Amino acid sequence: MTAQPVTIHPAAIARPAGPPGMLLSSAEVALRTLRKYFRTPGLWAMGVVQSVLFLFSFRYVFGGYIQGGAARYADFFVPGYVATIVLFTGGGIAVAVAEDRVAGFTGRLLSLPVPRASIVAGRAAADFLTNGWAIVLTAAFGFLFGFRLGGTVADGLAALGLCLAYGLTFMVVFMVLGLIARSAQAAQGMSMIAFVFAFISSTYVPANTMPGWLQPFAKYQPITPMVDAVRSLIVGSSSDVGLALGWSVLLLVAFTPIAVLRYRRG
Amino acid sequence: MGRQEQAPLLEARGLTVRFGKVTALDGLDLTAAPGQVLAILGPNGAGKTTFVRTVATLQRPTAGELRVRGNDVARNPVAVRRDIGLAGQFAAVEPTMTGRENLEMTARLFGQGRRAARHAAAAVIEQLGLTEVAGRRSATYSGGQRRRLDLGASLVGAPRLLLLDEPTTGLDPAGRREVWDAVRGLAASGTDILLTTHYLDEADELADHVVVIDHGIAVASGTTSELKASVGRDLIEAAVADPARLDDAAQVVERVTASQPRIDRGGRRVTAPAAGAGGAGELAAVIGCLADAAIAVDEIGLRRPTLDEVFLALTGVGARSPATTARVPGPAAAASVQNGGSR
Repeated sequence: MTAQPVTIHPAAIARPAGPPGMLLSSAEVALRTLRKYFRTPGLWAMGVVQSVLFLFSFRYVFGGYIQGGAARYADFFVPGYVATIVLFTGGGIAVAVAEDRVAGFTGRLLSLPVPRASIVAGRAAADFLTNGWAIVLTAAFGFLFGFRLGGTVADGLAALGLCLAYGLTFMVVFMVLGLIARSAQAAQGMSMIAFVFAFISSTYVPANTMPGWLQPFAKYQPITPMVDAVRSLIVGSSSDVGLALGWSVLLLVAFTPIAVLRYRRG
Repeated sequence: MGRQEQAPLLEARGLTVRFGKVTALDGLDLTAAPGQVLAILGPNGAGKTTFVRTVATLQRPTAGELRVRGNDVARNPVAVRRDIGLAGQFAAVEPTMTGRENLEMTARLFGQGRRAARHAAAAVIEQLGLTEVAGRRSATYSGGQRRRLDLGASLVGAPRLLLLDEPTTGLDPAGRREVWDAVRGLAASGTDILLTTHYLDEADELADHVVVIDHGIAVASGTTSELKASVGRDLIEAAVADPARLDDAAQVVERVTASQPRIDRGGRRVTAPAAGAGGAGELAAVIGCLADAAIAVDEIGLRRPTLDEVFLALTGVGARSPATTARVPGPAAAASVQNGGSR
C-alpha cells in the first residue's frame, strides 16, 4: 500500500546564479499578498460591505438628527470616513501578518536569500493597492449617498492622494501590530485600538462638540489633522495639509524600521 | 555523487541560544560530514527546533558558533540561505495559491530566473507525484500532499542541505509513509538532509547518522547501529506462553545472565542483556534451563536493543514512538498518545 516510488533528481534543477534582487523579491511578496486578498471573498467583500454599511448608517440613520441635515452631514463625514478607512481595514493586515508568522510562512521567507526589507516593501505595496481599491470604491459610494465636491476635480484628486498616503503610513503601523502579537486573535484584538483614534477625532463630529476633558486628545492626535486636511483640500484650501503630511511621514519613519527588524526575528 | 567540498556539512562549537532565562541550546558541539541523512533526536523541549532555526539563520546564536558548509550563520547568513532549503513542522505554503504557483514563487525567491523557476516547479511536481493536483489550490490538498508540496518548495532552489523540522508530526500513517518515501528518494539522489524527530522509528528508518540531544546538548552521536551497540549488549528476550510463569522465567534468565531482567507483563516478555560477546552461548543456556523448569515459551531470541531502549538509557526519558507508546500501560501512556501515536 505504499505510494508510488519517488525518485528525485535535484540535478534536474539548476542552482540559481545569485540571490534575487530587492525589486523582484518585493514583487513576488506583493503578488502573493494580492492573490490571497482577491482569492479570499471574506477579505475583499467584507471591506466593501463594511464601507456601504458605515456610509448608509451615518447618512440615513444618524444623519437626520445631526444639525445641518443629512445631506450636509454627508459632505462632512464622507471625506473623514474615506481618509480613515485604513483604520478599519488595517486589522486585516495585522491578522494576516500574525497568521503568516504562526503558520511558518514568514519563517520560510526568511530562510530564503531575499533582501529582508523586501518582505515589508512587498507587503506594503500590495496593501497599498488593496487599500486604494477600498478608498476609490468607498468614495464612489459616498457620491451615491449624496456627497458632493466643494471645489474642483483636481482638489478632489489631491484629497484622494492624501488618503492613499495615510493608508501607506497606517499599513506599516498595523504590520507592526501583527508582528508583535502572539497570535492572529491577539492581532485582531490589538487592532481595536484604532477605533479609539477613529472615533475620538474630527472624523464624525467636530472635536469642539466633545466634552472639555476629551478635546485635547481629539484635537492633537494625528487623525484629526489628517481628516481636516482632506476636508480642506476638497473645498480648495490647503490648511492642515502640512501638519497631516508631517504626521504621516513621522509615523512611517518611526514604524518602518520596527517592521523590518521585527520581521527579521521570524 | 562526487563531492569536491571538504568542509563539514555542519560544525557547531559551544552553540548556545537563550531566550531570556530559558536556555534552548547549552553549548552544543556537533560535527557532521556531508553526504548523509542526519537525524537530530530528542524529547520535546530538547532544543531540536531551535537548532534547525539556527541552522536556517532564523535564530542568531547567543554564544558559540555554527558553520553550515563552512559558512558562519551569523557572519555570512546570505551564503547559508543560498545553500539550504527549509521545510517546517507547519506546512508553509500559501493555501489560496495552486501547487504550481507556490513552487514558482519560491523558486523566484531563491533567485531562479522566470524560465528556470517554471522548469524547477515542473520537475518537483513530477518527481513528488503532484502532477494531478498541481493546478489546484493547495487548500484542497490532503495533509500528506501539502507536506510534499512544502518539501518541494524547499527544493526548487537546488539547495545543498535540506532542513526538515519534524517532517511527519501530525500526519496519519499514510501521510508519514508518503513523506518517508520522498525523503528516501532525495537521500538516494544525493541531497544532504538534516531532520529532527521525536519518533525513534523515523530516525531508524531514514537516518545514516543520529545525534541525540537533551537539555540543549548532544548526549550521544553515531550511526544507528553504533548507538545501539554503545548502550546495550545484545538482549536475550523470551516470550512466555503462560503469564503465571513470567516470574519463574525471569529468575531463570537472571541466573544465567547475572543481570536484572525487565518484565513486560502485557507483552508476556522477559528481557535481559547478555553478559558478553558470547550471547549465543547464554541463549542456549537459557533455553536449556527454561526447558528443565518446564516453562513453555512462544518465542525466544537474541536481538540488538531498539533505538527506544538506547534513547531511554541516554536521556532517562521514554521517547514517543508510535510502536511503543501503544504498549505502555498506566497514566504515562495518556500523555504520550497524542500526535498520531496510535496505529
